[in-house]
This record gives sequence, structure tokens and C-alpha cells, in this order.
Amino acid sequence: MNRSGNRLFWAAMIGCGTAYLLLILSMLLADFQYVGWDDVKTSLADRNIQYSIWLSLASCTIASIVSMWIAIPTGYVLARLGRDTIERRLQQRPWLRRVALFTRYLVDTVLDIPIVLPPLVIGISLLVLFQSPAGRWCDTVVHSITSAIGISQTRGVTYEVPAVILAQLTVAAAFAIRTMRRTFEQISSRPEQIALTLGASHYQAFSRVALPQAWRGGVAAFTLAWARSLGEFGPILIFAGTTRMKTEVLSTTVYLNFQMGNLRGAVSASLILVTVAVVVLIVTRMLTLNRNQRGSIE
Amino acid sequence: MIRLEDVSIKQGDFELSGIRLSLPKQAYGILMGPTGAGKTTLVEAICGLRPIQHGEIFLGDQNVTACSPADRQIGYVPQDAVMFPSMKVEQQIGFGLEVRHVATVLRKRRVDELAELLGIGDLLKRFPRGLSGGEKQRVALARALAIQPKLLCLDEPLGALDVQSRTRMIDYLKAVHQQEKATVLHITHHLGEADQLGTVHFQLENGIVTSDE
Repeated sequence: MNRSGNRLFWAAMIGCGTAYLLLILSMLLADFQYVGWDDVKTSLADRNIQYSIWLSLASCTIASIVSMWIAIPTGYVLARLGRDTIERRLQQRPWLRRVALFTRYLVDTVLDIPIVLPPLVIGISLLVLFQSPAGRWCDTVVHSITSAIGISQTRGVTYEVPAVILAQLTVAAAFAIRTMRRTFEQISSRPEQIALTLGASHYQAFSRVALPQAWRGGVAAFTLAWARSLGEFGPILIFAGTTRMKTEVLSTTVYLNFQMGNLRGAVSASLILVTVAVVVLIVTRMLTLNRNQRGSIE
Repeated sequence: MIRLEDVSIKQGDFELSGIRLSLPKQAYGILMGPTGAGKTTLVEAICGLRPIQHGEIFLGDQNVTACSPADRQIGYVPQDAVMFPSMKVEQQIGFGLEVRHVATVLRKRRVDELAELLGIGDLLKRFPRGLSGGEKQRVALARALAIQPKLLCLDEPLGALDVQSRTRMIDYLKAVHQQEKATVLHITHHLGEADQLGTVHFQLENGIVTSDE
């Protein structure tokens, strides 16, 4: 009875995962059956698709790198200035403690907004923001910078390549922050305290002691940010538009082809998107695994 | 060497108040007391890792109450040793000197000297993962001693060791005290350990520190 119960338990657990795995594989298989290898080759030879692959890779990488620059410090601050720390540090000042706890709660909530908002709303909000005086000023600054470095055809941010990156960054950074925060929360602050007693500054304790321990979480956050950026569609559509050879990325290529009734082209672009994502995920995981196997860092 | 004047520490519902303690230079102080008496809290406050509500802490003639942990020059070996997982043992030991910009040659000499004193020369190229409890404690001790601290605080350094390792560690601590001429404040529960090592004994109970002096 016990043995059969265990078998039933494992069968049920594995069965749930397998059903989902089958759904994903079936979708991919259906795509492969719908278009042949020739369709994919034709798509890959298309200059528009080549540009959208290039722009997708470049914009996702830039958005992910910038996301990490935001996520690492923000995640660290949120993890180290947790509720317990605020309670302990400000126990003698009840009103200040209440203000600090409320502020922390508010910041936490605001940082999660890009995760819960519908993507189109993010796109519209970005568009409205860049119609404001501050946004127009930002447009002018970006235009000046791009002109100075010889990219004179970029008029600013809106409906230009920077808009693609900003739209991807807005959502990707929120996911990266969440991952880095969890990572730092799982890392004990004790080694940093010991580093302080040894004469380290807070920056040295962070960069030499905490950050190297967070590398695995960092890889996870970067991968997540990159994957989110690659799949981003709504905000790009609204804020950057879908101009061929300009702001077209792989996700918008699928949309453009579909809109034009070119279903084969849309499916081919989808398969290219899936392949790029799978290659990046596999390479990242292999790099992570190699480092783990070397056993240099726990 | 270390003097606590009317120190009060509050942590949630737990409170220590009016703590007075004085430990002469190069003495080996033993701090004993029941579990939950606040020994670790007190030592962490001395190291600057916990805020104090009232009172003053003197290290020699210097009032260090408002000093950051980095400016106190107190070596601290916590109960669980607390390693830096991403650093090799030699990097851990030399860390305090590195952040103080001590020249590489001098740093290496000091690391080798401490490694020999504590019998961890063969561990220098290893990462802390896989070190035994006793080895970790010796590495943590070497790391704290590297900066030649004015005071060395040890929080139950022998607590998790087996009898054999404990005996060996007591010998190492005696050697450290003699050769490094360190002033030590050592938390323990064991009377035997206290008798073998201590020159001054303190008891922390019900928020009051009493001394055998």
C-alpha cells in the first residue's frame, strides 16, 4: 500500500510537469510541420529579417546589461534594508520607523508595477512621458549624442532604436531586480559584517564579499532580463513602432508578417525567435554549470 | 585596554543596561553566562556591529563608541567562523591587510606567519568549502589576527569542535595569546576552557557583568 502510494505520488508529480512539457513541444512541432526548412532559409536570407535578428540581439543585450546595473544595487538595498533591519535600527524612533517601513513598502510596490501592468499600458505610458517637456528634452539630448557620434539619422528616443531598448529595459529591469533581491536575501550578511570589522568599507564589503557570492543569481537575472527583452512586444509596438530596417525586432517581425497575411513568414520568424532564445539559454546554463563544476565558488 | 562604561543595548524585547567591564592590556578575558544572557550581543556591540543606546566604549584611551567597525581595529571570530565563500584561505587571511593597502610582500609574509602559527599552511590555496569546523575556526582566527587588532573577540570558537580538535585549538589560542601579545575577550560555556585560557573571568547574568578580579 505504502509502495503503491509512493508510485502514485511520483506519477502524479511527474505527470503534471510532463503534460506542460508536451504542450510546449507540441507547439514547436506544429510550427516545424507548418513551415519547411526552405521557408526558414528564405526568411533568414531576407534583409529585413537579418536586420531584426541583429537589432533583437543588440537591443536585448544592451537592455539586459543596463538592467543589471539597476538591479544589482537596487536588489542589494532592498535585501539589506529589510523589515527586520529597519525595526532594529530605528527601534528608538517609532515615527521614523513607521515612515521608513511605509516608504520601503511603497518602493517595493512601485518596482513591481512593470511586472503586473499590461505591456500596452507600459508602451502608452512611455509614449506619453516622452511627449512631456522632460521627455522632449531627453529626446533632444539623445539626438545631440547620436549626432555627435555620427548616427545623425536618429531623431531622438520615440519611434527610434533607443525606444526599443527603453521599452525592453522598463520590463526587464523589474524582473532582474526581483531576482537580485531574492539572491541577496539568501546570502547571509554576516560575512559582510566580518569584512567591516577587518577594515573594509561598505563598498568593499559589497564588491569583494557579497557580490562574488551573488554571481549565480546575477546570471539568472541577466538571462531572465534578456529573455524578457527578446519576447517584449506591446511596449515596442506602441513606443518604438514597427518600421522595417529601423525599429523592427523579431517579435515585431512575427506581428508584421501576420498582419500582412504572411503566416508562413510569421511562423518562420517565430522559429528563429525560439532558436535564438534556446541557444542563449543553453549557452548561459552551460557557462553557469562549468563554473559550478570547477567548484571555485560556493 | 577595553573599558565599557554604563553601556545599554536594546534589541527588541531583550535589553542589557548599565554594563561595566574592564579588561587590562594583553589579558585573556573569559566571558561566561547562561544561554540568552546577551554575551554575543555584547561582543557585537563592542565590535561596532550593534548600536548601543547609552554608555561609552573605550579601547585604550580612545573612545570608540561612535567609531565604525572598520575604525575600531577589533578582530572578531564569530561562533560559526563565517568564511568569505569566494576567497581562497590566503585571500581571506590577507583581506584585512589588503583593504588597508598593505604592500603585497608584507601581506604575504604576515599570512605565512599566521598560517604557520595556526597550522594551516597546507590550506592556503583552498576555498573554504570542504574545510572542517576546526580548520574554519583557525582560518577565521588568522584572518582576525592579521590586522594586529587591539582586541580579539572570540565567540565560542571551540563550541562546535570535537574533543581532539578542541584540545589542539586551545593550544593554538595559548600560542596566539603569547606570541601575538593579543588582548582577548573569549565567550565560552565551558569551565575547563575558561580555566585553561583565562586570566580574567567575567560572568554575564541577568544583565549584570561581574568579574573575579
